[in-house]
Amino acid sequence: MPSMTTRKARWRAPSVLPGFGLTFGFSLAWLSLIVLIPLSTLFLKSAGMGWQAFVDVGFSERALTAYRLSFGTAIAAAFVNAVFGLLVAWVLVRYEFPGKRVISALVDLPFALPTAVAGIALTALYAPSGWVGQYLDPLGIKVAFTPIGITVALVFIGLPFVVRSVEPVLADLGKDVEEAAATLGASRAQTFARVIFPAILPALFTGFALAFARGVGEYGSVIFISGNMPGRTEIAPLLIVTQLEQYNYNGATAIAMVMMLVSFAVLFTLNALQSIRRRRLGA
Amino acid sequence: MIRVQNITKRFGNYPALHGIDLEIQPGEFIALLGPSGSGKTTLLRIIAGLEFQDEGQVYFNGDDVSDIPVGKRNVGFVFQQYALFRHMTVADNIAFGLTVRKARRRPAKAEIKARAEELLRVVQLEGLGQRYPGQLSGGQRQRVALARALAIEPGLLLLDEPFGALDAKVRKDLRRWLRDLHKQMGLTSIFVTHDQEEALELADRVVVMDHGRIDQIGTPEQVYMEPATAFVSHFVGETNRLPDGRHIRPHDFEITATGSDRVIVDNVFRKGGSWRVEGRLTETDTIVEIDVDAHEAPPTIGETVTIAARRARTFSSAGDR
Amino acid sequence: MKRQSPSTESSTESRTAQILLIALALAFLAFFLMLPLIAVFSEALKQGLAPFLDAVSNPDALSAIRLTLIIAAISVPLNMVFGLAASWAITKFSFPGKNLLLTLIDLPFSVSPVVSGLIFVLLFGAQGLLGPWLSAHGLKIIFAVPGIILATVFITFPFVARELIPLMMEQGKDDEEAALSLGASGWQTFWHVTLPNIRWGLLYGVLLCNARAMGEFGAVSVVSGHIRGETNTMPLHVEILYNEYDFVGAFAVASLLAALALVTLVLKTVLEWRFDLHSGARH
Repeated sequence: MPSMTTRKARWRAPSVLPGFGLTFGFSLAWLSLIVLIPLSTLFLKSAGMGWQAFVDVGFSERALTAYRLSFGTAIAAAFVNAVFGLLVAWVLVRYEFPGKRVISALVDLPFALPTAVAGIALTALYAPSGWVGQYLDPLGIKVAFTPIGITVALVFIGLPFVVRSVEPVLADLGKDVEEAAATLGASRAQTFARVIFPAILPALFTGFALAFARGVGEYGSVIFISGNMPGRTEIAPLLIVTQLEQYNYNGATAIAMVMMLVSFAVLFTLNALQSIRRRRLGA
Repeated sequence: MIRVQNITKRFGNYPALHGIDLEIQPGEFIALLGPSGSGKTTLLRIIAGLEFQDEGQVYFNGDDVSDIPVGKRNVGFVFQQYALFRHMTVADNIAFGLTVRKARRRPAKAEIKARAEELLRVVQLEGLGQRYPGQLSGGQRQRVALARALAIEPGLLLLDEPFGALDAKVRKDLRRWLRDLHKQMGLTSIFVTHDQEEALELADRVVVMDHGRIDQIGTPEQVYMEPATAFVSHFVGETNRLPDGRHIRPHDFEITATGSDRVIVDNVFRKGGSWRVEGRLTETDTIVEIDVDAHEAPPTIGETVTIAARRARTFSSAGDR
Repeated sequence: MKRQSPSTESSTESRTAQILLIALALAFLAFFLMLPLIAVFSEALKQGLAPFLDAVSNPDALSAIRLTLIIAAISVPLNMVFGLAASWAITKFSFPGKNLLLTLIDLPFSVSPVVSGLIFVLLFGAQGLLGPWLSAHGLKIIFAVPGIILATVFITFPFVARELIPLMMEQGKDDEEAALSLGASGWQTFWHVTLPNIRWGLLYGVLLCNARAMGEFGAVSVVSGHIRGETNTMPLHVEILYNEYDFVGAFAVASLLAALALVTLVLKTVLEWRFDLHSGARH
């Protein structure tokens, strides 16, 4: 008797490899338990507050100031990182120099160093009496306890995102396109501006966006150096913590919701841009 | 005996195979020949049990194996990129199929070792058992993959583009070696290739596939001399297609004063043991290729000659895809 | 006289320009990465070895170290199992909705650490959705160790999966199919073929996951309640000591975390080096 004249249509392509049900089921269950259900409470709580209450706390004067500070410093830091991250990536990919491997490893330090440690270290450096601060203070430049200090901390946190995004693309680009440009008579500056830069721009943008997204939500490395003065150096994540400490769960939820929506918007734009790029490059 | 009956396979909306029927006798060496996208690899993987058909059955010696998983079909499969386990030595790779057996069916350690040694000898890699796949050349890796597949004493050997990843010289040597090995062992074998030369040289019978269908099954002589469709005629060997629908191989033309078609000669060069003459039919400007025996004097470029066909084929439009 | 070939001039920078760019990049890295790292150790040892040793052997410090190790010992294996399951399901099978699943796995990366803590407070806190039920049954999650573990698992959720998915995608499923065709069972295939193929990538992911699990500050800070000797992890202990102006103590504990970061970076570099060797042998 023929065992299988027609196979039932299934929602996934059939495979000889075993374990799909087990691994997929476990992944989905774990994802729901740890990520999706907890995150959905944020939406639930926001929805339960009512629109007016949400706007009142989520867009209060104090909250708006905190958003401005968080987004402003995150953008500034991401710009600094875009410039210097590109420089570091360029130097690491293109040039040979002693200690390159150590330097390359060091770039990941912000990924590995706990943020609180970075926070107190930067504060020790940039406080008016600190190693660096003592030279800046007489010049009237205050870093710690000002938005500049926050930016410094976010530069520290965001640097590896830019370097690690740009590096593989730059390495992949190969010297041949530059040599091709040179044989066609382009100057070095023209080659960089018209051949290399456009090729790495998407990766640079990815790095920028990742550094920015990380910077907006960053807490540990910032709270020590920022001074936490409401209305001046109070970042949005700190405002959430303050609300929580005052048992104002609605306030914390509304601010968190606003921040998360902005983060998702950034993430979504990023994915969209990347898929456009992939389609154009035919990869 | 292997029997494939009415196999149909779709990938999403893309039909990969339509109603394939095929019978293979014990000890035969079969080539599945076709261009990429013809469904040949899919068919091989369905026979192995690595892919599942949507419709139809596969029988091994009269038993329907359609629901038998690959590990229990007792087939040796040689992957195109070999799929050697690179963290295992060559000997461990070869022994893998024996060591993963349940204790009840697993040979003793010494026996497994002896078997691996013997297979290393068969594939002429004595003394390389302790190397890692990464330390071997492409041709050597290929033979390890073959030895690994043979270790489980398969009833059927399946090879997916066995020479695809090798360079021309190694390819040729390995081809000859594989043919001899098949003669010695007499193991029923099917291999997939897109190289007609390989198929004609190695196989007892060639299965020519195109667009998920079998165009022709026959001996190398049959598919070359009596192609069933226009596709086979063009894919196996070279063929001129004349405006009147005749298909003529270059060596089936002769240049003769009594010929009916006039050709202007554009180019003449030596190709292997004969002259290759390229020209255009004066009436229709169709490009034709003509082989002239190397011992004869070829025409000169610019000359107009008349040609005749010693042998020509026409195909019904149904087969003329 | 040395002949200057024209192509060296046009397809790379002059040696002087190279040195300048290298110097600029190194100066930036020294200032933003090296200096904070040095500051941690130097502040910790400012008053000699004895106060440093006192600070790290203090009972509260020891209990913080113990808790940090426990947290990592629980959350890292959980995410390792998840990472293996998710990457098996995603890379070895094709099914619709795969891209959505990938995006969801990455979700914790785009959520501020503070928000990550907040969602668990909203779910399990006294005012939270399940709060009344939990307190009725005498269970405590927020301001207790389970909450810290949950927040840590959330924060480190994507690490292992993100390392494994691209690696296993690239390796394809030929090896697994070969093993199955030779008669191996699903588990045998996984243990003898898949796991050895991905061991370095797995180790790499576990390493990064561990560094983050031990160093997480924001999320843990929100759910921990900062109870000394009970729910204080090392980063939280650093904060407490710092806010009490016990700078030597804070930097002493911080230096342990910085040492952990350095060990992570060294191991990471070694693994990357091994990776290169492997991909070299493969192609």
